[in-house]
Amino acid sequence: MGLLKLFGKKTFPHGIHPPEYKEETSRKKTIRLPFSSEIVLPLSQHIGASAIPVVRKGQYVERGELVAEAAENGLSVPIHASVSGTVKDIDLMPSAKGPKTLSIIIETAPSSPQIPIHGAAQDYTRMDRKQIIAAVKETGLVGLGGAGFPSYAKMMIPKDRDIHTVVINGCECEPFLTTDHRIMLEKINDMITGIRIVMKAVSAPKAIIGIENNKLDVLDAIKPHLPTDGRISIEAVETKYPQGAEKMLVKSLLGLEIPSRGLPSEIGLVVFNVATMAELGVLLPNRQGLIERIITVTGDDLKKPGNYIVPIGTPLSHILDYAGFTGEEAELILGGPMMGLPAASLDTPVTKGTGAVLVLDKRATKRDDIQPCIKCSLCLQACPINLNPSELGQLAAKRRYDIMEEKYHLNDCFECGCCSYVCPSNIPLVQYFRIAKVMNRERHIQNG
Amino acid sequence: MAKINLKIDIRTSPYIRNAPTVPQIMRNVVYALLPIAAFSVYRFGISALALMLATTLSSVLTEHLFCRLADKKTTIGDASAVITGLLLAMTLPPGFPLWMGAVGGFVAIAMGKTLFGGLGFNVFNPALVGRAFVQAAFPVSITTWTPAMAGDRFIEFIPSTLALPFMKPAETAEWTNTVAIDGFTGATPLALMKFQALMTDSYDLFLGLTAGSAGETSALLILLGGAYLAMRRMLDWRIPAAVILGTAISADLFYLIDPSQYPTPTFMLLSGGLMFGAVFMASDMVASPVTPLGILIFGLLVGFLTVVIRLFGALTESVMYAILFANAATPIIELYTQPRIYGAR
Repeated sequence: MGLLKLFGKKTFPHGIHPPEYKEETSRKKTIRLPFSSEIVLPLSQHIGASAIPVVRKGQYVERGELVAEAAENGLSVPIHASVSGTVKDIDLMPSAKGPKTLSIIIETAPSSPQIPIHGAAQDYTRMDRKQIIAAVKETGLVGLGGAGFPSYAKMMIPKDRDIHTVVINGCECEPFLTTDHRIMLEKINDMITGIRIVMKAVSAPKAIIGIENNKLDVLDAIKPHLPTDGRISIEAVETKYPQGAEKMLVKSLLGLEIPSRGLPSEIGLVVFNVATMAELGVLLPNRQGLIERIITVTGDDLKKPGNYIVPIGTPLSHILDYAGFTGEEAELILGGPMMGLPAASLDTPVTKGTGAVLVLDKRATKRDDIQPCIKCSLCLQACPINLNPSELGQLAAKRRYDIMEEKYHLNDCFECGCCSYVCPSNIPLVQYFRIAKVMNRERHIQNG
Repeated sequence: MAKINLKIDIRTSPYIRNAPTVPQIMRNVVYALLPIAAFSVYRFGISALALMLATTLSSVLTEHLFCRLADKKTTIGDASAVITGLLLAMTLPPGFPLWMGAVGGFVAIAMGKTLFGGLGFNVFNPALVGRAFVQAAFPVSITTWTPAMAGDRFIEFIPSTLALPFMKPAETAEWTNTVAIDGFTGATPLALMKFQALMTDSYDLFLGLTAGSAGETSALLILLGGAYLAMRRMLDWRIPAAVILGTAISADLFYLIDPSQYPTPTFMLLSGGLMFGAVFMASDMVASPVTPLGILIFGLLVGFLTVVIRLFGALTESVMYAILFANAATPIIELYTQPRIYGAR
């Protein structure tokens, strides 16, 4: 750290520098996508138990109305109608999570003005911690950065822990993605309101917004809006992948390490994404549900790449159609090229955690043959967690999943893909690690 | 509802990559070796060239043959066998009989590589396995050094080069006497040091103006080749750096104990195959550790063993054995040097 600071760049060890591909969308103002004729709301768009439908087939719902409530036990959030229209069905539909999942399908009312409904305004400054957390849960808000962790749950800090800093993640290190960048330029006040709400909910004295130094325009835009008491600050860190991983950002900004397999609150931190803060700043004061989000639509063969506000549940076909997609053979990715999920069908909907729709031409992603590992050590030099992907990969090939977990820290891998990115032998390391994790989970269940 | 007609390709993340492929890396190693090979041919003539061709052809053909026997797609396209062949030639005396070189190439690939499962699975550097074999099998030929810059070197072979298989190679002593220019004998700087207590000038050593193996003489060209590869991230510079460090420390230690009896660290670094071994042999990715601490230990070990064998062993050349022993220690070094992970408790 000391040496890195000498060069004036806050950063973390290792990582990679993929091409950014952000010019295409980062300078365009966010625009609203027209409503699609039908939307699909999977009941599980978040980590935790699926929401439970409270509407029937054939029922008319208003935009913003509750359609599924949070499951009673454990982690869960409610879901709200993202369009006014008629519930067409509750059925299994394709999703980016893999198998088809139970979803509420709503047919958009063609003549509706689509004005969202919401409850009576509430002032967070007069609410206590518990009330704020309950109100956050009602909005159905989850981390919009991708993982989909319910936001209210992050604010429930165990009694024995004190939070000294709220870290706001504005790094957006994935190539192609620019939604956070646009939000930080266009929705500064909403974002600051959101940050204040969180600071109150977790009793944190200060907050730091971390951005990558490829977005310095954001720094200039936000600085004048920051409160003069210095409780909220903004700092630039090196542009590098995966700087947007919370572990890396915390290391870069504060020099701290979140304990292995632990939570940021163990070292006095909570981490939220900027897009989540901007939504929170609107939703909570208005007592409104999360019904739309901003996504980057970009990639090959698109006439109108850009950042679009889309109702949650909008199918990919509608988005690609509007963005003027002309390709015939491609990979469809929900999220960035390093960690995004593949979509198998054009019917797949955008969900709360979808930050981008990326279309990659098949030519751009062609694969070479897999060669044996030559132990070049480039993967070790890329892994931000300091794992040994080379050894892990060789153990995976031998199906020694147990040793991978016990001796080589498999479960600390957060699948950023740096190792696969740099591998000269083209070994699909991340894929191997995912399989190994699944096999271990099954083994543990079998062994009780 | 979809107006779009799209054939969707499914894969998992990451969807983009940026890495040189294995064949690209191997080809670049060959490029880095070419100036060294060219210098060798310039100094030792067609014998050196013929030797390189013999070992390389033999290595490549052996690899092809073993792939055929195993019913696998041939792997000669990845150029790794070319490297093995070239590396082997570089470690041999320029006048080494061609048939012996070919046997060395065969053993290098057969016993050093395919026996372990091919590229990526070899425990030892294959070229050094080949050299260790020819050292054991042909002890006389491998210690018969010939002077460089012989007048007829581009038209005439060194007498031993064209020896028939299983026949005693022609004596080179007479030839050496006729071609040797003042002061230039066939003895290598290490042999001079060991047996006659004569030191060779560092400057000559650095530029490679001495007798020695085909490719190991010019430290300058070796370092340039290494720098080229390191800049392209096709060579882990930490390995040669650690070997050089290890040699310097060990040599320094002995030199400090008794400067009259032990050579200077500079001499140790620049003589024999040390530089070549450090840059092109010890750095064989497959047979060296991947962990940062492991790389350091590995390099220090190679340096230490080299110095000890040179000073106390019966052989003049020792880098080969030092690297082979360190190769053998690699798995255990790795086992105990796993990096500390982020957030480890």
